[in-house]
Amino acid sequence: MQTFNNITGNRLVIAILVCIFIIYNIIIYKGTQPLTAEKLSDDALAGQLLYQKNNCTACHQLYGLGGYLGPDLTNIISTKGKGPEYVKAFLNSGIKSMPRFHFSEKQKDAIVAYLREVDKTGHFPDYNARMHPTGWVEIKTKSE
Amino acid sequence: MKKYGLLFISLSLGALILGAFFGVLAAVQYVFPDFLKEVIAFNKMRPFHVSTVLAWIILSSTGGIYFYLQEELKLKPSASWTYKTHFWIFVICAIAIYVSYFTGQMGGREYLEFFPLITIPVLAGWALFGISYFKTTFKQVTNWPVYLWMWGTGIVFMIYHLTEAHLWLFPYFREYFIRDFSIQWKSYGSFVGSWNMLVYGTLIFVMHRLSHDETVARGKKTFFFYFLGLTNLMLGWAHHTYFVPMATWVRFLAYLVSMTEWLVLLNIIHGWSKNFKKKEKSSIHHPAYSFVMAADYWIFINVFIALLISIPFINYYTHGTRITVMHSMGTTIGINTNILFASLIYISVYLNGDRIQKVIKQLRIGFWLMQSFLLLFLISLLWSGIKRSIWMYSQGEYLPFSVLHEEIKPALISFLISGFGLFIALALIAWLLFRNGIYLAVYKQAGEASNRSKNRW
Ligand code: HEC
Ligand code: HEM
Repeated sequence: MQTFNNITGNRLVIAILVCIFIIYNIIIYKGTQPLTAEKLSDDALAGQLLYQKNNCTACHQLYGLGGYLGPDLTNIISTKGKGPEYVKAFLNSGIKSMPRFHFSEKQKDAIVAYLREVDKTGHFPDYNARMHPTGWVEIKTKSE
Repeated sequence: MKKYGLLFISLSLGALILGAFFGVLAAVQYVFPDFLKEVIAFNKMRPFHVSTVLAWIILSSTGGIYFYLQEELKLKPSASWTYKTHFWIFVICAIAIYVSYFTGQMGGREYLEFFPLITIPVLAGWALFGISYFKTTFKQVTNWPVYLWMWGTGIVFMIYHLTEAHLWLFPYFREYFIRDFSIQWKSYGSFVGSWNMLVYGTLIFVMHRLSHDETVARGKKTFFFYFLGLTNLMLGWAHHTYFVPMATWVRFLAYLVSMTEWLVLLNIIHGWSKNFKKKEKSSIHHPAYSFVMAADYWIFINVFIALLISIPFINYYTHGTRITVMHSMGTTIGINTNILFASLIYISVYLNGDRIQKVIKQLRIGFWLMQSFLLLFLISLLWSGIKRSIWMYSQGEYLPFSVLHEEIKPALISFLISGFGLFIALALIAWLLFRNGIYLAVYKQAGEASNRSKNRW
């Protein structure tokens, strides 16, 4: 029977992994560029809260993450033919499966501010991404 | 402890039926946008569905662990208030979460959309689980088999990542969108890894019991894969965020770590080729065996898909489409649910083999319905995902979303029909297990039942 009785061995491996993990977490929480590139304004933070409270995420994605019943909103502000007014028109429209919200003008502005600042952080989908033979895909941030 | 294990399991079976039903309602909303829109629109239905089915996975693995610790491993349980309080806290939290969804008092972070304060009692419940788990196992078992390691790891990391997922409540984390977004998805990737520790630990436990093969629980290879899984849990999450402009090294590291899972695939193939030569003996007749085998095939298929979509070049085209949902429901149903069914059947046979023997035909029917509808279900998701990918990359700028939605209607209808079939199959199996094993054991004298029918298989 090939048993692995090396209890200390197992504990050692776990200890090493946990140490790596702690250092890794600290680096991520401190956040280096471009992680911290865009600081959200107060308006945008208020918009983010509205976005969360109404669970827009269930149907919409940012950077492709979220539910799939509606379109991605990452770059809706900067897309040709869309933009702030376009977004506002949708909010209380109750179109298709989208609930009919009752946002005030101020709340609409906050949501737009949030989406505008999200838009500034990058592109999704990134049509100019560069493919590498290793399978890696290089993306561009907006500041580059 | 054993009784509370069974109570957890009963609750989990209820969650499975209810959760899958919410899934069907959500799928109806795909096809008929006005369905229940005024009462529970999709932004509420989706959390109702996802939270409830995740409760199925977590509660049934928890219940199984409590049950196995006392009844199978013969350990003396920790103080009873720990697991009793754990149970009742979770029941109350479940009610609070439903109220929060229904009334729209949401935190709105994906997967944890409930009112954020509810997390505090949820964490307390996990802490109690940790206390009763480690109090029971630390002193009584010296040389831990791998499943004890996995369960312990699952509990500890669950607590950590559930906390991490709420860091956004602090302005420091919330202020910077990309940092916040990265930590959010970091925590999700890792807590999926954490419940997988609970579930895969259960798989190894059941396989060990069925095969009586010590290497399954203590072999070098087994531990190697446990460490590999743990590394993936810690560092692999960024394959969800290849296209979020965060530090490149984090994403690249995730790519490297994710690719180590090819070893898992090779190992499965190796296991199969060995099995062809040496047909397993007694265990093959155990009713839990077919679910273990099904989980094995689904693991193969899903790991293969996961590996493909973890290659950034492929992920570029699949990300942001329902191909991701195919992957997430493929793993939570194909792998996790099959494993948990195997575990519950194992427990039911242990408690009440005669009754299970009588319904074995119905269980088989449920089994085959489940696997077939699941296949159709996943194919429908793939179909709708591919359509969206083509739309995104070839016509996205010209064709409005509503046109795409109309184009994928046939895929969504096929999703709805197969999802309904899947719901029926899952509900059938859940009901059979509850009625013939778990329920009897909780409400009638469990002791007698287990003595009568031990080791029939
Ligand atoms: C129940 C699902 C659902 C929810 C919840 C939802 N939406 Fe929508 N939304 C949709 C659908 C579907 C469309 C596409 C409608 C169409 O074009 O036919 C849409 C379209 C939009 C559009 C226009 C997008 C475009 O590119 O044309 C914006 C902007 C938008 N929603 C913002 C929001 C915001 C902000 C919230 C949260 C306050 C939200 N939505 C909540 C389903 C939803
Ligand atoms: C055990 C059973 C099930 C489990 C464990 C499960 C799990 C999940 C998970 C984890 C998600 C989130 C997907 C993601 O964000 O990527 C999800 C979404 C969903 N599930 Fe299920 N599911 C189950 C059964 C069903 C059934 C029977 C249906 C019925 C058709 C269904 C319909 C849906 C729908 C519509 C979504 C939303 C996807 C979207 O955002 O567009 N599920 N499910």
